[in-house]
Amino acid sequence: MEKFITITSKVIPVNLDNVDTDMIIPAQHLKSVSKEGFGQHLFSNLRQMYPDFILNQPAYANGEVLISKSNFGCGSSREHAAWAIQQYGIKVVICSSFGDIFLNNSAKNGILLITLPEATIEKWINLSLADSTLKIDINLEKQTVTFAGDTHTFEYDSFRKHCLINGLDDLDYLLSLNTEITQYEQKNCTTSW
Amino acid sequence: MKKNIINKIWEQHVVQSAAGFPDTLYIDRILLHEVTSAQAFAELKKRGIKIRNKDNILATIDHSIPTDKNRAVIQDSIARTQVDTLRNNCKETGVKIYDIESKHQGIVHVVGPEVGFTLPGKTIICGDSHTSTHGAFGALAFGVGTSEITHAMATNCILQDKPKTFKVEFKGTPSKLFTAKDAVLKLIAEIGIGGAQGCVIEYVGEYIRGLSMEERMTICNMSIECGARAGLVAPDETTFAYLAGREYTPKGDDFTKAKQAWLRLTTDEGATYDQEVIVDVENALPMITWGINPEHAIAIDKTIPTINDGGDIPTLEKAYAYTKLQPAQKIAGTPIDFVFIGSCTNGRIEDLRAVAKVLDNRKVASNVTMYIVPGSEQVLAQAREEKLDVIFANAGADFRMPGCSMCLAMNPDKVPEGKRCVSTSNRNFIGRQGPNSITHLASPQTAAASAVKGYIASEGDL
Ligand code: SF4
Repeated sequence: MEKFITITSKVIPVNLDNVDTDMIIPAQHLKSVSKEGFGQHLFSNLRQMYPDFILNQPAYANGEVLISKSNFGCGSSREHAAWAIQQYGIKVVICSSFGDIFLNNSAKNGILLITLPEATIEKWINLSLADSTLKIDINLEKQTVTFAGDTHTFEYDSFRKHCLINGLDDLDYLLSLNTEITQYEQKNCTTSW
Repeated sequence: MKKNIINKIWEQHVVQSAAGFPDTLYIDRILLHEVTSAQAFAELKKRGIKIRNKDNILATIDHSIPTDKNRAVIQDSIARTQVDTLRNNCKETGVKIYDIESKHQGIVHVVGPEVGFTLPGKTIICGDSHTSTHGAFGALAFGVGTSEITHAMATNCILQDKPKTFKVEFKGTPSKLFTAKDAVLKLIAEIGIGGAQGCVIEYVGEYIRGLSMEERMTICNMSIECGARAGLVAPDETTFAYLAGREYTPKGDDFTKAKQAWLRLTTDEGATYDQEVIVDVENALPMITWGINPEHAIAIDKTIPTINDGGDIPTLEKAYAYTKLQPAQKIAGTPIDFVFIGSCTNGRIEDLRAVAKVLDNRKVASNVTMYIVPGSEQVLAQAREEKLDVIFANAGADFRMPGCSMCLAMNPDKVPEGKRCVSTSNRNFIGRQGPNSITHLASPQTAAASAVKGYIASEGDL
């Protein structure tokens, strides 16, 4: 996984509350035995239904930071939602709150989720809707996020921070423990059963 | 310090523990099936990572296969892809698979114990929530997501926060008709579907000690339905007698040594738990669910609860509407259309024997379609050897091939729209057995008695 320390990017404002995992990746795209190819279907129903949906607007293309309102990622537990977001190229999602399972699934897939107060979210969404060229600065080491002259600090889990800063996902992290695992096995896996 | 068995097994498996980080937990056994494993194999392949120890992995197919005689032909293209993908992945990597022509194919949680792959003190994971079944052997067994399967295949480890521990004791002498299935339904009814959230349960006490391994599996299987991550029973002579001579069970001297090690795992006298509950089963009668989650369970002689009896009112109202039952109505006597005997909860040989005893010299009522689905090829073979198949056929029941079948509407076996089924499976969620189907969870005995009567009834009504 790519190391994540700072990022400067355009933002994609999704001006909605309760974006559920069905919106993020509709069920018709789940019938797959692979983990690839979900990025192109991100928000596909909304994109089809609403031609001016934000992801259809070239001005917001290739933003790596998505801002939405409360309870983002609620609904079904499908990890595909996190895969779709990550494969689309989004690295950070900023909201006032997140669905529980989505939180866990995103962390496993190296997506940084930042929680900010509702008023800030509201303001930033409006600013970015008005001007697509505005850039956001995120510093994970310092746990700060700056947009349009506003700087906020955010809380973040120390394990997740360690992984993102070192460019590790859970699997990389576990692989990095190879010596410890081998030692454990030499000590404990000594019986025939 | 005095420790309970859950903490002992956990501590034995911690590879690394650091403040602010989840524990790195060593996983001894990985079970695979066709629905949740493909992405794990694909991820390893993509990243060029080899499986760390393929001998710790066992695969079977169960969820999406048909259960008719012709089951090798899978009509549904997605199901076929899933099965073929698992076959290919196992072939490429050398992971052992019990395919349909093997003598061991079956539901993953029936097969693991049957071949002795499930052993006391082991950590066992599978991409399926009912992995808790294996806890009956004193193993720490829990369901995980596809990512964790990938992690364990690559490193034999997963990242987990230490669970809380929960002691459950069944106390008293129940009625003769009361089975292990009834015991676990009673527990769930009492503590609720979230009652053991974030915990691992240890089942203790004389009642549990008196149960067979298959009965203990039924109880551990449904631990997840009260929110527990896992449930287990400390190993004892019953466990060892069951394990002796099975394919993966240690042999000879090793078995003696293993038994000693396993006995050391049992909870120390005076050890504590984060939570405890006693379930009074004195004179208890068979249980059956009436609603839309496993907590909606009542004794079979009781009436359906009203909104004044407690519980979440919107859920209760949804349940009355979905199951077409009225509050305060008697549950016994409700006409039914289907009976399903099977699943990882009650698809083992003792369950089939209990059903045969009820069906012997009796007929399935003309308004009822009855499916009896063995949990595995071994269960099927044993049932044939004991001529249970003859009893089933004479009674007019459909004795089918092994698989998850009607437990979940993922293969061709479904309860039709609007039909009512008494089922020995573990979930009565809306649509679980097919769109708009109505499920009543019960023991094999109650399900079989209901099949004979044509309405909800217990063995005592025959
Ligand atoms: S029998 Fe039902 S609960 Fe058990 S593994 Fe199969 S689908 Fe899951």
